[in-house]
Formats: sequence, structure tokens, C-alpha cells
Amino acid sequence: MARVLVGVKRVIDYAVKIRVKPDKSGVVTDGVKHSMNPFDEIAVEEAVRLKEKKIAKEVIAVSCGPAQAQETLRTALAMGADRAIHVEVSGPEYETMQPLHVAKILAKLSQDEKVDLVIVGKQAIDDDSNQTAQITAALLDWPQATFASKVEKTDAGLTVTREIDGGLEVIKTKIPAVISADLRLNEPRYATLPNIMKAKKKPMKKVAAKDLGVDLAPRIKIISVEDPPVRQAGAVVPDVDTLVSKLKEGGHI
Amino acid sequence: QSTLVIAEHNNEALIAATQNTLCAAKKIGGDITVLVAGTKCGPAAEAVAKANGVSKVLVAESDAFKGFTSESMTPLILATQKQFNFTHILAPATAFGKAILPRVAAKLDVSPITDIIGIKDPNTFVRTIYAGNAILTLEAKDAVKVITVRGTAFAPEPLEGGSAAQENAPEGDYKTDLVEFVSQELTKSDRPELSSAKNIVAGGRGLKSGDNFKLLYDLADKLNAAVGASRAAVDAGFVPNDLQIGQTGKIVAPDLYIAVGISGAIQHLAGMKDSKTIVAINKDPEAPIFQVSDVGLVADLFKAVPELTSKL
Repeated sequence: MARVLVGVKRVIDYAVKIRVKPDKSGVVTDGVKHSMNPFDEIAVEEAVRLKEKKIAKEVIAVSCGPAQAQETLRTALAMGADRAIHVEVSGPEYETMQPLHVAKILAKLSQDEKVDLVIVGKQAIDDDSNQTAQITAALLDWPQATFASKVEKTDAGLTVTREIDGGLEVIKTKIPAVISADLRLNEPRYATLPNIMKAKKKPMKKVAAKDLGVDLAPRIKIISVEDPPVRQAGAVVPDVDTLVSKLKEGGHI
Repeated sequence: QSTLVIAEHNNEALIAATQNTLCAAKKIGGDITVLVAGTKCGPAAEAVAKANGVSKVLVAESDAFKGFTSESMTPLILATQKQFNFTHILAPATAFGKAILPRVAAKLDVSPITDIIGIKDPNTFVRTIYAGNAILTLEAKDAVKVITVRGTAFAPEPLEGGSAAQENAPEGDYKTDLVEFVSQELTKSDRPELSSAKNIVAGGRGLKSGDNFKLLYDLADKLNAAVGASRAAVDAGFVPNDLQIGQTGKIVAPDLYIAVGISGAIQHLAGMKDSKTIVAINKDPEAPIFQVSDVGLVADLFKAVPELTSKL
């Protein structure tokens, strides 16, 4: 297996409590801490491990977005990716960019770069879409191994354990293939300072989405982004007996 | 309007989330067709044909659908769409639906809509983003809407009152050599399933060990409840990941949710805050879980839980 492509997305850091914009057009992103989507960190880690096990020769990290996407790509490089491709998308185009658009870019780059395996996180923690791997696989007519918690290379291809509702499933896929990384797949490493320094010298290519022939026309119109309904805190009860009577009142027992 | 619902089933019976998806299909309005594909899916097709409001059930029986792989289901759904030209294609937002529908959407050059919690009109849908910390209302511009439906946001349609005609789905060679289903191992349990349980008892890092989850199982037995856990408890290795409730686990909305030793991290609240009644037991009065609980008890769980179990 020669090349692995990993998709990485820059998102608001998972520890940040997000705020909805007063005009309901989206969430506040200015001045808010961002980091690599946690599921994409798992994807990068898996790709780098494939390289360390000498199963893969090269790991290419790709991110679509404005200039700041390069920060996320540098993190991927510091974790062990060999080179990066920044697909520039900014302004209103980025606001309505969806997994369908991203997948078209990843599919095109997979062909251009003669990639054998694509790994992405199962979902981004901002839009929670859970689509990019599946769409990329469909566009390439490759098999998809979604929600992967274990990936093994065999002579014939891959054996992948998938997280499904209520248990686990094992499938075998041919290569080339697309994998979406679930939480249990691995524990991503931290980028060490020497590796962060080294990453600054690794190659990063910049391309425009339109040069890849991908149409970014929006497929949805955002009507509103609002706060969820607030739940009112209820009573604090002094002891278990009162709790039991509350449960009775509520008809639960 | 005409909607195709992709049924999730295990050949013998429908998976409950399919019934919730039927409810969403009814809200969209228009004709409802259900596609049931499997190796020997007669009983599942029979069951869904009885649901009120279903006008037709398309059945595809073949070894090709072993393991319900996305690579075999997708060409079947595409052939069905080609023949009937539905305006909407729906599936439950489960591991099954989330794997298949984006693949279908890609082939139709449509942007799929994941995990909807509401339907404003046939083109306008509501879904959560940022793990439920914001609510997005969007208008879909694509001609065909490909959608997965969050089960807990729609009432289950009863499987009675109807008698839909059963027909064969379009014939085709759906066997794929891209992928091979090997095996499936479902966690065995006498307890109700987390995603459909009426009552849930969930534990967090406060339980201190996996062995201590026995306290919760004893309580769950009294309430006929499912047992779940926070991500903190899963990450600490107390219990397996399939018990995880939250942004990166399962989204649940039972009648009664008892959170024990769970502080209430944002990512956990996202998975359970739609529960009807939330009870929190935690020794820390400042724990954020008390901000969303209906009934709070500030107490040492190792004393309070056994006492509660004995008094039920």
C-alpha cells in the first residue's frame, strides 16, 4: 500500500462552550479556540501507525477551509504526516460548505495522488454530519468501512471491526477503501515540540477548490441557528425518602 | 410528495427506530413506500405492511444483502429511486442508516441531511449541531431529500391499522465484491436496549470502578431500566463503549433518567437532556448535572443508591 490520505477539519475546540450569534446566522467563531476535530486526530494517528508498521509509505493530510486550516495541517504534520494539501475555501463558500463538497475534493485528490486508502473521522464535532467517508467512497466506487474501531491489513485487503448499535461487526474490504475512524480505534499521540518544529519544514501545497473542478454551490440555505431550549433546574431533595415519593408522584414507580 | 423509507430490521423483526422514521415520513406527507431488503426478510416485511399509512412495501430478498452492507444496499435503493422518483428518502439515524444513506445521496448528487429532529415543511428540517448545543433549521435545495431521522425525536408508529400491498423491489445484481460481511456480535443482555428503554440508570466516574456498577444494575433491576454510562466512565475503563451516552455515544430520551456520580459534562448532557424526568445523585452540589435535573439528591452514591434500591 503506497499512500494514505487523511482528511482533517479545523473546528471549535471540544472544551469550548459555543455561543449562538444574536442574528441567528451561526455560532461565534471569532476569538474562539479551535483545534483539530478529535475524530480526525484518530484518523491521522491510524494513518501514521500504518506508516510506522511499514504498511503505508506516505501519509498525506488534506484540509479544506480558510488560511487557518493550515494550523490544523501543521498539527497533522507534527503527528507524523509527510506532506499536506490545503484546499483554499473561504468566505461565504466556506459557510455553506458541506460534506458533499469536501468529499468531492477528497475523491479528486485521491485519484490525482494515486491514494490507496482514505481515512477520515466519522464525524466533525461542529456539524455532526457523519457523511464524508461514505460520500467519498461512493464517488470513488470504493468500499467504505465506517465507524472503525480496529483495522488490520491482510493479504487480500483490510479486516475492519465496526462499532454498530448494540455491539460490533467485522467486515473485510478490498483496497482501495475509505475508513471512518470511531472513538475506540486508537489514542492519538500528542505532537512533541521537536516534531512541531520539524513539521514547519514539511511540504504544504495550496490549491483552490475550483482548480480541482469541484463546484461549491450551496445545497442548503441556513434558516436559523438557535440556542436549544433551556431546561429549568428542579428541586433538590433532602433524602432518599423524598426522592422515592417524587418518583411516585411522577408515575415512574 | 412521496417518501421511501428504508426499513432497518434483523429479518425476523423491525428495529424500533424504523417505526420512528415512519412517523417522520408521515409528517412530510404524501405517499409512503417502505423498502425491506434482507436475506430472509418476509417477517419484517409482514410487520411493516401492517403500519397505518404505508401504501406499499417493496421487498428484496437475496444473499447479496447479508450484513446489510452499504455497497449492496446502495444500488438497490438507487434502482428503486429510478423506478419511482421519490421526493424523499428516509432511514433511521442508526449505524445502519448513517452508513448507507450518504452513499446513496452521493450517487444522486444530493447533500444528505443527518439526524433530523424536526420537520417544518417538506423542504425545511431541524437538526442539532455542536452535539445539541445549537439547533439548526435548514432549507434543502436538492430535488431529492436524503435524510436520516433521530428516533427519539419522533413517536414510534404502531404496526397496526394498515394493510399495505407487498411487491418485489426492482430486480438487479446487487452482489458486491468490494466488501464481505464476516460477523456481528451484539452485546447480550436481559435488560432493555439503551436507545429504546423507558427508564435508564447511568453511572459516571463517581462510581470509581467497573465492579461498583453492580449498584446500578441492582437499581436498574427494580426499575426495569437499561444501564448506561458517561464517557468519563468509559474512558476510565469501567464499562464498554456501547454503554456510552453522549455526543460521541448514544442519544437517549427515556421517561426517567437517573444519573449517578455523573458531573454533567457538555458532551454527556447532549446525549440525555431530552429525557422527560432527570434525577441526579451526586455528592458535589456544584455539579452541572443539577442544572438540568428535575430532582437532585446531594449525597454519597455508595449510601444513597443501595438505600434507593431497597426502598423501591
